[in-house]
Order: sequence, then C-alpha cells, then structure tokens
Amino acid sequence: MSNTAKPVLRARGIVKRYGRVTALDHADFDLYPGEVLAVIGDNGAGKSSLIKALSGAITIDEGSIELDGKPIGFTSPMEAREAGIETVYQNLALSPALSIADNMFMGRELRKKGFMGKYFGALDHKEMQRLAREKLSELGLMTIQNINQAVETLSGGQRQGVAVARAAAFGSRVVIMDEPTAALGVKESRRVLDLIADVKARGMPIVLISHNMPHVFEVADRIHVHRLGKRLCTIKPDDYSMSDAVAFMTGAMEPPAVDAAT
Amino acid sequence: MSDTAQSSRKKQDFEQSLESSDRSIATFEHKSRSLFDNVQHFLHGNPTMVPVIVLIASIVIFGFVAGSKFFSPFNLSLIMQQVSIIGILAAAQSLVILTAGIDLSVGAIMVLMSVIMGQLAITLGVPAPIAIIAGCIGGIAAGGLNGFLVTRIKLPPFIVTLGTWNIFFALNLWLSGAQSIRSQTLDEIAPLLKFFGESIALGGARITYGSILMLVIFGVLWYILNHTSWGRHVYAIGDDKEAAELSGIRTNRTLIMVYGLAGLVCGIGAWASIGRVGSVSPQSFQEANLQSITAVVIGGISLFGGRGSIIGPLIGALIVGVFNSGLRLAGVDVLWQVFAIGWLTIIAVAIDQWIRKVSS
Repeated sequence: MSNTAKPVLRARGIVKRYGRVTALDHADFDLYPGEVLAVIGDNGAGKSSLIKALSGAITIDEGSIELDGKPIGFTSPMEAREAGIETVYQNLALSPALSIADNMFMGRELRKKGFMGKYFGALDHKEMQRLAREKLSELGLMTIQNINQAVETLSGGQRQGVAVARAAAFGSRVVIMDEPTAALGVKESRRVLDLIADVKARGMPIVLISHNMPHVFEVADRIHVHRLGKRLCTIKPDDYSMSDAVAFMTGAMEPPAVDAAT
Repeated sequence: MSDTAQSSRKKQDFEQSLESSDRSIATFEHKSRSLFDNVQHFLHGNPTMVPVIVLIASIVIFGFVAGSKFFSPFNLSLIMQQVSIIGILAAAQSLVILTAGIDLSVGAIMVLMSVIMGQLAITLGVPAPIAIIAGCIGGIAAGGLNGFLVTRIKLPPFIVTLGTWNIFFALNLWLSGAQSIRSQTLDEIAPLLKFFGESIALGGARITYGSILMLVIFGVLWYILNHTSWGRHVYAIGDDKEAAELSGIRTNRTLIMVYGLAGLVCGIGAWASIGRVGSVSPQSFQEANLQSITAVVIGGISLFGGRGSIIGPLIGALIVGVFNSGLRLAGVDVLWQVFAIGWLTIIAVAIDQWIRKVSS
C-alpha cells in the first residue's frame, strides 16, 4: 500500500434523503486496494445507508460513486454484483430452507451445457455443488458432509461462513460485510475474524461495518468514522485508542485535522 | 486515557486466549441423535415422505376394509378421474403457496375460463381450438391480475384473491347467463372441448385423458421448480422475500409470473373440467378453491412458503380421493368423509410445524 495507490471504490458528496430525513449528507468514502476498511458510527449516523448506496440496494440522490475510477450508478444489488461488489448483509440474505449450494448460486445459477440447458433452462446441479464445495474449502470452511444440507440446520457461525464464502467466491473487486459478528458468540466471532483475514490475504479489499471496537481494531487497516450522515475522519487503529474512536463517533472529541493516508 | 487503553488491551488478551481454541471454521459436528430426532431430520429433508406414507397406509387400510372392490382397476382409475380437476387446481395453488401466498380464486378462474371457452365456441361459433387458446390466455390474464395487485398495489394475497374470487364468479354468471351448455350441444358443435373426458381402456381400468393431463402438468411443474433457475427463485421468494431480493432476484417480476402461470394451469384445467363434467356448467366446482388448498396442505407444502415438493399436492389429492372412495365403498356416510378430510388437514399442518422446528 502506498500513497500513490488509487482507490478501488470512491464516493464523493453522496446524498440520500428519506422524506425529510437526510441519511447521507454529502458523504465521502475511499477504499484502497488490499485493505480492510472499518466503518464505525453511532446508531443513525448513516452507516447502513452508505453501505446500501455502495452495494446498489438504494439509489443516491446526489453525488458520485466510482469503481476503479469509472463512475457507477447502481439501481439494484444485481448490478453491483455484476460489477464485482459483493455484500454480506447483516441478516445474511440466505434462504433458510434451501441448500448451501442453492444459496451460494442464488441469482446466478449455472445452466447445463448443451440442448437441455439452452432450450429448457436445465440447471447444472452437479457443477454448482462441486464449485460450492470447492469455494468453501478454499476458505478452510469445510469439512462439510452434505452440501445439500438446508442452511437453517446450520449454526449462526456456519451460516455466516456460507454468506462470507459466497461473497468471497464471486466478489471480484470488493467485499462489504455488514456487522458480521453482531449475532455471534465469542468463539464464532473469532472464526469469522479469521475468515476476514483469509479473504484479505487473497488480495480482496474489504469494507467492514461493525459496532464491536475490539474486532474493528484487530482486523482494520484504517477506520472510517461516520457521523451525522458524513465521513468525520479516517484514522489508523495504531494511532488512536478505542475510546478515542468512540469519542470521535459520539462527538465528544474533535477529529484530527489530517486524515490517515493509506 | 491509559486506563481505558489498558482495559481494552486486556479485552484483546482475553480474546487472544481463544486463539488456542478450536480454529476450524464452520465444521459440521455429528451429535448422536435419538430415533425421534432422526425421523424429524429425515422428514425435514424429505417433506413429501409424510403424504407418501399416509397414501400407502390409507390404500392398505381401505383395501382391507372395502375389500377387492377397492383394488379393482376400475375403482383405482375412477379415483384418478375424480381427483384430476382438483389435482390440476392444486398444482396451480402449489405455485402460489410456495411463494408464501394463497390463491382463493383458482376454482373461479377455472370455471370462468370454461364458460369463456364454451360461449366462444357455441354461442359465437368461434373454432374450438381458438376458443380453448382464448380461455388459456384468459387464465394467464386473470392470474396476472392477482399478481399485479399483490406486487404493485402491495395487497395481501388472501385479500386480493378473495376479491377476485367473487369478481370472477360474478363475471362467470354474467357471461353464461347462469345457463349450462348441454353435453349434446357440445358434441354437435365443438366436441374438442370434451376431449379430456375421453379415455383409454387398459384392462378393467378407464384412464381418461384428463387424468393423464394432470400427471403431465405435475411433471412439467416439477421440472420447472427443480431444474430451472426460475423455479429455485420461486422457492427463495417463499422462503425469505427480502433475502431473495438482496440475492439479486427480481422478486416482483417472478411473483407476477407465478400468479400468471397458476392462471394458465387453471385455464388448461378449464378445458379438462368440461370433459370431466361433460358440459359447461357455471355452477360447478364451487368448493374447488378450498379443496385445492386442502390437497396442497395434505401434500406437505408449507403455507408459510418455500418448503415442500410439487409432487406432494398430487399425493395429497390422491389421498383425498382414496379416503372418499374407500369410505364410500365401506358404506360410510358422506359426512364422515368430510369429517376425515378435515382432521387430515389439521394433522398435516401440525406435522409441517413440527418438521420446521428441526434444529441441528
């Protein structure tokens, strides 16, 4: 990482209003290659809106978002996914009754080659199961017995693992994770943090939204502090303590004059 | 300041102690389970097994009670005939229920389309094939209207289809003038409308084309639901609509198509119903809406959506048919047939609830 690196994902002056409420008020955002950027902020600071804007779940009213220097204007999560931005939502966006393999390929199923696939839309279940198993193993996620197991029969951490694996498998540019440890116990959180490190090790930049300061300070390279609908500052976890970060978040402390460079 | 920094460092130390613990991620443990748990897990993975077991058990029991009359090829093929129309409607109903919706208007759509086919062919003299195609397109339009109201106006499916049930029934009486078209008239002018009432004799059995049509419809829907991405999307929407949307599925478009396809199946069912009844009767199949739901529920499709196989409702319809036939042959009053089906429905939903509570 160097100062000359160009941001992978960059937003300038984005605005999102819901009726009279301004969720995003000219917010900026920068994500550099290969880094884990944590986004922290108080409840209602606009973190979720920022993430939804970046992942295509909402369309912004003003401002610009660029991916690799090219302006993008997503109108659906599908478009963001096609551009290589994968999101692990807080509720995971998994279908509980469907299998692990079905979930991993939901919305981008593979068809059989040949006549049946072309004219009758026949799915290639075998290939999807093989790839799902492969992707889960790549992340050290698997000693799985049955890739056709329904997701609802998995524990919270296992489900999180499936959602992260799905994002890591298909995300070609950026992986966004919204509160990946919020619903988990200490032990399962640990596994998910390891998973984040694994994904990062594969060179994928990650945006991590979290309330959990120890987790943020452990895995983040930089921390984006969001306050009152905009970016307040960006800090490095080595330069500040957790209580400093909380003070920035809540407005108890003035932000540093100079943002942390990459 | 240093105090808080230290305490936070302590927290990390505390967490680091966990690093020596099990580091494998999302491994799948195998606990020893009781037989009861195993049954629950098996049924969770194979929800259609419940109706299959009930069907086999009821055939065996009624075989004993009613004797050889029950097992005669004629009686078995008669059961198929009797359930064919409700079975076709149950297929349409299943599509909607899989999306966590409900369609109270399936029977009304079917009768309305049979009246449209009849009126076009007989009163207006339109060639029968065109009348049939018009009825099927009408079915798509009627189902599409349901889908539009559910997705665009965002009304609950129960209310929408309760409304359209009445609307379609009123239109049906208006178009038909509450008059049936007699069998002889159909034979003279448009015998094609009665095609699905014809049958092939196989030994002592009389298998109508309507029965075969029902099996074909279930086969086609089975393929669509299990082997196309559209089918997987139908399940995902019923399971968790929001999650499906975030996975990139265009949920509203898929939902409208589900209601439209259900309408098309009802339209095809309309043609089959003319053959089954032998005439075009605006007063027929008035209880078909609810009977189709009964078959779906007994067939193990969850009313909460996303769970169950399309083959289940076929089995469910057959169970109802076997119960009715068996009890009748055993000389039991009709009211006890209704009584038995009522309990069967309640037990089926109770089993579904139990299966859904499965835990790892």
